[in-house]
Amino acid sequence: MARYQNMFTQVQLRGPLEAGPPLRGATFTRSGSGFYNYWMGKFGNAQIGPIYLGTLGMASLIFAFLAFEIIGLNMWASVNWSPVQFVRMLPWLALEPPGPEYGFSMFVPLNKGGWWLIAGFCMTTSLILWFLRTYIRARALGMGTHVAWAFLSGIFLIITLGFIRPMLMGSWAEAVPFGIFPHLDWTAAFSIRYGNLFYNPFHCLSIVFLYGSTLLFAMHGATILAVGRYGGEREIEQIIDRGTASERAALFWRWTMGFNATMESIHRWAWWFAVLTPLTGGIGILLTGTVVDNWYLWAVMHHYAPGYPGTGVIDPASLPGAPK
Amino acid sequence: MALLSFERKYRVRGGTLIGGDLFDFWVGPFYVGFFGVTTAISATLGTLLIFYAASLGPTWNPWLISIAPPDISYGLALAPLREGGFWQIITICAIAAFVSWALREVEICRKLGMGYHVPFAYGFAIFAYVTLEVVRPVLLGAWGFAFPYGIFSHLDWVSNTGYQYLHFHYNPAHMIAVSFFFVTGGALAFHGALVLSSVNPAPGEDIKSPEYEDAFFRDSIGYSVGTLGIHRLGLFFALSAGFWSAVCIVISGPLWTRGWPEWWTWWLNLPIWS
Repeated sequence: MARYQNMFTQVQLRGPLEAGPPLRGATFTRSGSGFYNYWMGKFGNAQIGPIYLGTLGMASLIFAFLAFEIIGLNMWASVNWSPVQFVRMLPWLALEPPGPEYGFSMFVPLNKGGWWLIAGFCMTTSLILWFLRTYIRARALGMGTHVAWAFLSGIFLIITLGFIRPMLMGSWAEAVPFGIFPHLDWTAAFSIRYGNLFYNPFHCLSIVFLYGSTLLFAMHGATILAVGRYGGEREIEQIIDRGTASERAALFWRWTMGFNATMESIHRWAWWFAVLTPLTGGIGILLTGTVVDNWYLWAVMHHYAPGYPGTGVIDPASLPGAPK
Repeated sequence: MALLSFERKYRVRGGTLIGGDLFDFWVGPFYVGFFGVTTAISATLGTLLIFYAASLGPTWNPWLISIAPPDISYGLALAPLREGGFWQIITICAIAAFVSWALREVEICRKLGMGYHVPFAYGFAIFAYVTLEVVRPVLLGAWGFAFPYGIFSHLDWVSNTGYQYLHFHYNPAHMIAVSFFFVTGGALAFHGALVLSSVNPAPGEDIKSPEYEDAFFRDSIGYSVGTLGIHRLGLFFALSAGFWSAVCIVISGPLWTRGWPEWWTWWLNLPIWS
């Protein structure tokens, strides 16, 4: 009863490397001609490269490098340029945004958050250039631009966190610092400050789409591998000319849960679940502090969180002398 | 009605693990089988118990209904129904339903001549659930450490459990799990988008072959994992997310009882720094 379970590629073909279809309206040619890697071939394609660098790609990489260097050098400076302490403290090191005293000013002294502004600008520019690159690369091959728009959804969340919401709040201090533990600290503090983000309905939606994306990829990936012996991974072919792989994959889910996608529609489900994760998350961030100050109290008001009896403790933030 | 145009030729006998031909039939689009029967019984019983327990509770507000596990003082003993006993029976029903569902998937795989990847993957979800509701409470010595069944009450549990360890983001396994969740989301976006962009090409263009998909990713990032590889990669990412989620909670309490930020002092105290 031994049966074939599609886990690793057992036979790898070697022939001329794939050069890729001709590019339309491209300034440059592809760099290199690629090479084979045996271990990559065990799991996926054995061919690595070629790559198309191009103007947008190079510009994007330069800005990404600038952001990376600014962040790294600021962190290094914060430990008095000690190489040992830089490595030791790296997870704790940060490049913080300007303090609240600077509001949303564009002109902040470099060591008071100015470097954060420049690094954020470089990172955002790099991401937008890369978005344009994915658009142009698709068009140069005559393909649809779905990858670019999906990528833009993620960029929207980043820009919301680092620019749009700080602008609406009138303070750069609301933005996320660069750093491994520092950005996690920001996330926890943000949730506590605004009354527990779990009560933010858009946070709920974002989590649903995030977990839903993971569930969908597990279901889809597993289904395609399970019909691998019928050529299920040839999805485009199965979309335009349904074969037994598609039929079995569809019937598996129909018999399991009474409903099935098609070989094309499963990729629409996938695209929307993945794209809606940062989109709904970004909306939740935009509403926090701008429209809703305390999600728990908001949830009590809207009857989806239980209220608790008063404790008699006065909120110090409500006293006359409290900082506004 | 319930049959797709091509479905009849696939509806054949056999492939069952248990029960032979006894339950080897369909109800509408659903395959039944022995494990369909056990799924139906356990899922129906569990759902009815949730409704009954809710009817004894203070509210019918669907956001606020909560069926809680027994108090810590009951330890690992059985509790009276209204003191967490409902939760205990519902948990048994849930595990029975989930395992039955997985085995029913195995039967459907066998019937359709497919690999067992889907039930294997679903097993990771069951593993994570059992880790949260059984393994960790048993290791900690009380059912009261499990999460309650309620929409917002289970979020409260996550919040409260997280803050018991001061700052859960510093849990290294939690870091790995969250990273896998995000990476899975990104990879799913790119895979879905790539297939859609091939079969919905630029206006006036012919549908594109996988050669174009590979070229797009090679042009963009220098590597395309390929049509088969992306499904292996996606399955690996998704299952890793579930696996590390289970790890991150089962080590919280049984292995580490203090704040997670404090755990990282081993790094600061490595002898290599001096």
